[in-house]
Amino acid sequence: MVLSSADKTNVKGVFAKIGGHAEDYGAETLERMFATYPQTKTYFPHFDLGKGSAQVKGHGKKVAAALVEAANHIDDIAGALSKLSDLHAQKLRVDPVNFKLLGQCFLVVVASHNPALLTPEVHASLDKFLCAVGTVLTAKYR
Amino acid sequence: MSCVLGSLLSDSQGSFLEGHTSLQTDPCPASPAPRTPPSHGPSGRPGRGCGQGIKGPAGSGLSYGVCALLQPSRAATMVHWSAEEKQLISSVWGKVNVEECGAEALARLLIVYPWTQRFFDNFGNLSSPTAIIGNPKVRAHGKKVLTSFGEAVKNLDNIKKCFAQLSKLHCDKLHVDPENFRLLGDILIIVLASHFGKDFTPACQAAWQKMVRVVAHALAHEYH
Repeated sequence: MVLSSADKTNVKGVFAKIGGHAEDYGAETLERMFATYPQTKTYFPHFDLGKGSAQVKGHGKKVAAALVEAANHIDDIAGALSKLSDLHAQKLRVDPVNFKLLGQCFLVVVASHNPALLTPEVHASLDKFLCAVGTVLTAKYR
Repeated sequence: MSCVLGSLLSDSQGSFLEGHTSLQTDPCPASPAPRTPPSHGPSGRPGRGCGQGIKGPAGSGLSYGVCALLQPSRAATMVHWSAEEKQLISSVWGKVNVEECGAEALARLLIVYPWTQRFFDNFGNLSSPTAIIGNPKVRAHGKKVLTSFGEAVKNLDNIKKCFAQLSKLHCDKLHVDPENFRLLGDILIIVLASHFGKDFTPACQAAWQKMVRVVAHALAHEYH
């Protein structure tokens, strides 16, 4: 999966538009993921996953921050997320299929809040970007 | 209730069906077929369907039975829909412009996952997002596909049965990897989200993701 320069422009544009809402988007992404794909909750037995959970909000903020960081260093996502990649490989070991599920929910959040922003081309670029992030985070699994 | 196979078989896919001029479709039974003794129908395959539905090419030994509920394992895997899920699905569907959403969903599929274009060599110009979005065959086929979804919405308790013939078509004639059904389902969710905004709540998304998953599963069910 290679991000073209058009892809990179599109992705940066999305995150510029999202701006300060990124944290809320992160939280909503997780909320949707837990509702839609209940198996993802198995990674959070220690969390209160009820509506409005402060833990989910806090974690959503972290997830969003990582996506923003990746977008800001889009020429070297692997470098930007190297430590996160280590964490996922050594400690968290979230099964790779789940990154697609998170990605889907993030796209849904962007689409529902900014339909005009998510043109088909931008949709394609963002989907590729999210795949690339998932690939980086699982790259050191074995 | 009727299966949409008739309309789906008519136009641009017609080339697959040259020579099979006697195709007829049967409506989906409204309730599970009565248990009849396994029949050795024209196909010579015991126990497959009740002998109705589409007949394959003469001498092919293929028969596309409409009802395949004689095998207990299938009846045991009926999907359960809560009242809330049914309500969320129908209320969204009631507001969907099938032509627009269908066209958009298919166009996005071809744009976001360009390898899916492999099934549409005869669709003309798919060389750019603009070309794809404006392509009349894409629009028409998108409408057709989403209309078919509508049949699933109307027959939530019979989706597998309703799509049995379509499933065989996608396997035997169209040779579509079922992964594509999952991709299209995900795209449809995003299209719905962009149309309904905040009204497309997490509960709504969950119900619809289940719906598209069930449809994808039903379409893959007859693959062999």
